[in-house]
Amino acid sequence: MQIQEVLSLLKNFSAKEEVLRRLVTPEIEALVAKIPKPVGSFGFDAWGYNEDSFKVGLAAFKLLYDHYFRVQVHGLEHIPKNGRVLIIPNHSGQLPMDGVLIGIAAATNPNGPRAARAMIERFFPTVPWLGNLLNSWGGVIGDPVNCVKMLESEEAIIVFPEGVRGSGKLYRDRYKLQRFGNGFMHLAMNQRTPIIPCGVVGCEETMPAIANLAPLAKLLGVPYVPVVPAPFPLPAKVILNFGEPMHFSPVRTEEEVTTRVEQVKAEIQRLINKGLQERTSIY
Amino acid sequence: MAVEKKAAASGAANKKTVLVTGAAGALAKRVIARLHGRYNVVAVDFRRKVETDAGIPSYKVEMEKRGFEDIFLNHKIDAVLHIGRIFAHESSRDRRYNANVLGAKKLFELCKKYGVGQVLIHSTYYVYGASAYNPALLDESHPLKASEVTMDLVDSVELESLANIYLWKHPELHITILRPCNVLGPGVRNSMSLLLSHTFTPVLLGFSPMMQFLHVDDMADALVLAFEQNKPGIYNVAPDDYIPYQRAVEECGCKKLPIPGIPPVVPRFMSSLLNWGAFFPPYLINYFKYPVILDGRLFNETFGWKPKRNLNDIFTYYRKTKLSAA
Repeated sequence: MQIQEVLSLLKNFSAKEEVLRRLVTPEIEALVAKIPKPVGSFGFDAWGYNEDSFKVGLAAFKLLYDHYFRVQVHGLEHIPKNGRVLIIPNHSGQLPMDGVLIGIAAATNPNGPRAARAMIERFFPTVPWLGNLLNSWGGVIGDPVNCVKMLESEEAIIVFPEGVRGSGKLYRDRYKLQRFGNGFMHLAMNQRTPIIPCGVVGCEETMPAIANLAPLAKLLGVPYVPVVPAPFPLPAKVILNFGEPMHFSPVRTEEEVTTRVEQVKAEIQRLINKGLQERTSIY
Repeated sequence: MAVEKKAAASGAANKKTVLVTGAAGALAKRVIARLHGRYNVVAVDFRRKVETDAGIPSYKVEMEKRGFEDIFLNHKIDAVLHIGRIFAHESSRDRRYNANVLGAKKLFELCKKYGVGQVLIHSTYYVYGASAYNPALLDESHPLKASEVTMDLVDSVELESLANIYLWKHPELHITILRPCNVLGPGVRNSMSLLLSHTFTPVLLGFSPMMQFLHVDDMADALVLAFEQNKPGIYNVAPDDYIPYQRAVEECGCKKLPIPGIPPVVPRFMSSLLNWGAFFPPYLINYFKYPVILDGRLFNETFGWKPKRNLNDIFTYYRKTKLSAA
């Protein structure tokens, strides 16, 4: 009799469902339900974002966010509850872990959760499964057309103006902001979108690179191949500081645009310094 | 009452005459049904002489051949709805080029010669080309990259560039180009519809691009609307609802037949080897790997159009057909 009971239990046991049930808690469900994000009749948007997939991703990374990186976040009240917004952070740590953590912070914002869309590298769509998976979590290739269309539909976007220059830099250059691209400023001005600057502290220490194997990277067709102490992100404590919204009206020359980009860069540097002061220990 | 009848009888002479190509196809049939009565319709197809309702003359004619002009001599054509094109699976590349591109050239010339006041071209979203770098929600001004993807779609792109030349050179032709997303529904025989009608449907492992689908009845409404409102230009026709290809396959009640997606030669090789030409042709494989998502707002706003049937309505037909066959 007992064996039969165990067998019938096993028969109805689905590992996938069990994991999903434990992962996607009612709190996660409630958060996603509050996100002002229109989707189609099957829960997808034009870029492949999917509500159900987003819930699973959010739930899984929320565990890392809370217990592994023990993220400490300030200034979440600056992220608007709805309407278009550009979140502009510094970039570091080889892997786009900073993008993920900012995404979790925005999605779990007690003042109003947002599904912030991260711009991903152009080669991701060519990678089987991973490309679709990143899309379903909200990742989109960083094409200006995508950004404009998303801002037009009042979405929140995360842009790293340093790009791979920031994420691929070596440990000795930590917390030194690299050159910023001007693209985000054009978006902000033309689409009348507020900029929320964000200083990320801690991600530099998740993957401290001592060297970059540039020839190998070229061979593999990837932006960089870092020499790191461990092949996974180390559990550094991460501090996120969101700044006040910055508004910019259109200007004519590229020189003026660059000046404004420098203003944002300075604000981010200030937020980084604030985070560094708040930090009591690296790990 | 008698006066009304008289007016109706003499009305045939006052009614506009509309030439509809591709009359044997599911879409053209629906368009003809919508126009019948309000317009004098002339039905044309290159495949066969189509059975039509009383009062609709029907011809089997190839546009690039000389006999085509006789239709313009026998009827005072006021407008042309060019719906019929030879699909890539229906003929060789050369023959298709002749029919679709040179045939269209002939059509535009005849329209010019016989004072046709309006031409509507039924194009396809394929012209944008499927690429990993495609942003979503493509505008009508996005470059047409299909010929970069494959030689087999050159005719679609050239038909459009030809239409564009006539669009600005001969504004009196009032040319409207419509680029619909995947059109599905009863009787539709394009690659996507054939594909979703199968029990086993090939999918590329690890790739499930976003897609848009439109019911053939909605597309017919869109065509008639564009014809009646006559606002020349280029328009995407697509709903603001999206679904990944593999999910659509499931929703249509198909069983997935997974084939490796990389390296790119593998799916192409398998497609040619298994002779899937008709429904999963080698040159369309990129469209099952990368998305081509259209922004249909311009058409919606210009013509005040909105599809009446949703994705589930569309897929239900394919699901039901499979159930009744089983």
